[in-house]
Amino acid sequence: MNKIMIGNEAVARGLYEAGVRVVSSYPGTPSTEITEFAAKFPEVYAEWAPNEKVALETAIGASIGGARSFTGMKHVGLNVAADPLFTVSYTGVNAGLVIAVADDPGMHSSQNEQDSRNYAIGAKVPMLEPSDSGECLAFVKEAYELSEKYDTPVILRLCTRVAHSQSAVPLSERADLPLKSYEKNAAKFVMVPANAKGRHPVVEQRTAALAELANTAWFNRVEYHDKKLGVITAGDCYQYAREALGDSASYLKLGMVNPLPEKLIRDFAASVDRLVVIEELDPVIERFVRSLGIEVEGKSLFPVCGEFSQVTVREALGVAAVKGCETAEKAPVRPPVMCPGCPHRGLFYVLKKLGVYVSGDIGCYTLGAGAPLTAIDTTVCMGASVSALHGYNKARGAESAKKSVAVIGDSTFMHSGITGLVNIAYNMGNSNVILLDNSITGMTGHQQNPTTGQTLKGDIVAAVDVPALVKAIGIKRVVTVDPYDVETTERVIREELAADEPSFIISKRPCALLKYVKFPNICDVDREKCKSCKACMRIGCPAISIIDGKAQINRELCVGCGVCAQLCKFGAISTSAREG
Amino acid sequence: MTENILIVGVGGQGTLLASRVLGALYAAMGENVKISEVHGMSQRGGSVVTYVRHGDEVASPVICEGEADVVLAFEQLEALRFVTSLKKGGRIIVNTQKIMPMPVVTGAAGYPEGIVDKLIAAGAQVTAVDALAIAEAAGSAKAVNIALLGVMANITGADKALFEQAIEATVPPKFLELNKRAFELGYEFE
Repeated sequence: MNKIMIGNEAVARGLYEAGVRVVSSYPGTPSTEITEFAAKFPEVYAEWAPNEKVALETAIGASIGGARSFTGMKHVGLNVAADPLFTVSYTGVNAGLVIAVADDPGMHSSQNEQDSRNYAIGAKVPMLEPSDSGECLAFVKEAYELSEKYDTPVILRLCTRVAHSQSAVPLSERADLPLKSYEKNAAKFVMVPANAKGRHPVVEQRTAALAELANTAWFNRVEYHDKKLGVITAGDCYQYAREALGDSASYLKLGMVNPLPEKLIRDFAASVDRLVVIEELDPVIERFVRSLGIEVEGKSLFPVCGEFSQVTVREALGVAAVKGCETAEKAPVRPPVMCPGCPHRGLFYVLKKLGVYVSGDIGCYTLGAGAPLTAIDTTVCMGASVSALHGYNKARGAESAKKSVAVIGDSTFMHSGITGLVNIAYNMGNSNVILLDNSITGMTGHQQNPTTGQTLKGDIVAAVDVPALVKAIGIKRVVTVDPYDVETTERVIREELAADEPSFIISKRPCALLKYVKFPNICDVDREKCKSCKACMRIGCPAISIIDGKAQINRELCVGCGVCAQLCKFGAISTSAREG
Repeated sequence: MTENILIVGVGGQGTLLASRVLGALYAAMGENVKISEVHGMSQRGGSVVTYVRHGDEVASPVICEGEADVVLAFEQLEALRFVTSLKKGGRIIVNTQKIMPMPVVTGAAGYPEGIVDKLIAAGAQVTAVDALAIAEAAGSAKAVNIALLGVMANITGADKALFEQAIEATVPPKFLELNKRAFELGYEFE
């Protein structure tokens, strides 16, 4: 049976069919749906871990415990999980262990476009890269076979266009695998120096064996057509090359991008007139081919930055471009915005009004950097808001802490904000941290986290008691505000900024998109009272616009949060019960 | 032959469901299908684009400038933004609904006037339709996506019964009747 599914669903189906028992991940676009789909199978235990390091370590433990296990993350998540990755390469596995990492060339929803293949090389771990949904499923199953046969974790590399594109996938039954027995083996699993010295040569031998396998394995294939041009490629780039060049080129389509197959590449190179590597991001394959002394073109034709398409390939190789409809008209941009009723809006309005330095983080609230709020000064990575604010204030002295805050979401705080807060308390910092607690992991599409009181599988559990946690860390001033109440929020933030010790402010309101959040009210403008001052426009609410010089509220969009009404000095905006 | 259909709109308009219906339709016809969409930031009221490609062989999941046979635009400004994706003389079906982007809301930019004429001038065959009105007549503004599919089904001469089966296979049962009405009203649009 065939089913059309996105690459991420096909990966999840592959986990199911491969007999995987344990899945632990942290959400991150474009990887999130793998774990969400995996959780739908009753046979698979699946969970959201607080971060990718914990998730990978959980999967490692499950593998040692005898269950085929899995963790999935976005590319930057692998930075967080890099510590266990480099050592689980040495220990190897008991039952199969697969790590999916989803790169984001073009940065559709990421802060950088790092190339995860560098991690596979660095950690000396084999990496498979599918090019469509069918291969996603097939490669997952192959990854578990390789993992167990070669005693190694295996990385499955996806990119946005593979993770989020749908194509037909043939389905099969689940493999019924018993739990493997666990036998104590300190030389393999206890990585103290004496044992690790024994394991490193094993890793080198394993890589050599996998490189040999790569020369003949089914997942690396040659397609001979016209031999004037030979293309070495993998993943989505293979599809772009096929689209642009069709049978006018021959292809060496790599399913395994680490280690690379020397003999296969030499033979292919010798059989074509001109050799070109087509790969997004870093010249990983190109460098390897050149290291073999083979003449090859790659980044001299193709960009390092951004996502490719068939047009990239056509332009680089001089294939005629397609001409379409033409217009000189420029459409104004439509950037993503905070939703109507978003609890972050009132909070950022206050921060902008106070003119404080805002150390930002990763989540929906990063949208607070956009116009008209433009409240955020920095965004680096998960958790950096808290720790970087501490550094900023240590650099700039005592007064700086009275004019600066960090903002971090509930899930991001659990992910890697807690240790930064410990640093503030421990090292006598005076920084003020604002927790944007919207009771969900918002940006990635509503995942539960340790503060929400619910698991991925829907179990009701005890939520982390954040005020108690923060107090236990040593922060004495902990206060909760409702960001819909603009005046109180402003007063509280002013008080906490003025205090001579660190503060933790919890801005608490559930995400407006959560199904259980009901909005009984709606806002309206009295055109007579409106003085066209545009104070209500400062919050960037998509429901408010100026029509014929006066503010107007779109009743389809307005959820009646009432933040705009609090900004109007003329009482022109009223909040009333929604009829019906 | 491969046909390229580009679906464009604003986050929250239901473009994704429309692409899934098309995926189910072409799969039922025994064709190869690839659909590509980007999740994440685009969901927050941003500009969204979904690519649907079907035929004997489909390699790339994306549609580039000048490659689309049909553009299904859920909003006027998005139609203008993506008209250059359309082949010369290709068909664009545009919902005449306007949704103001933030730069227009804040007054930093104006919403372009006379978009339909500009689409024609760009070389497109244009079908302009008030899909919001059709959806509301069917019972809910949320059915804009299926109403537009109805318009498209008629214009492209698609097999109506197969289209209806694809809708049944894709839409949640509780909204099926509403969506069938929206499809029918869209199909009848002249």
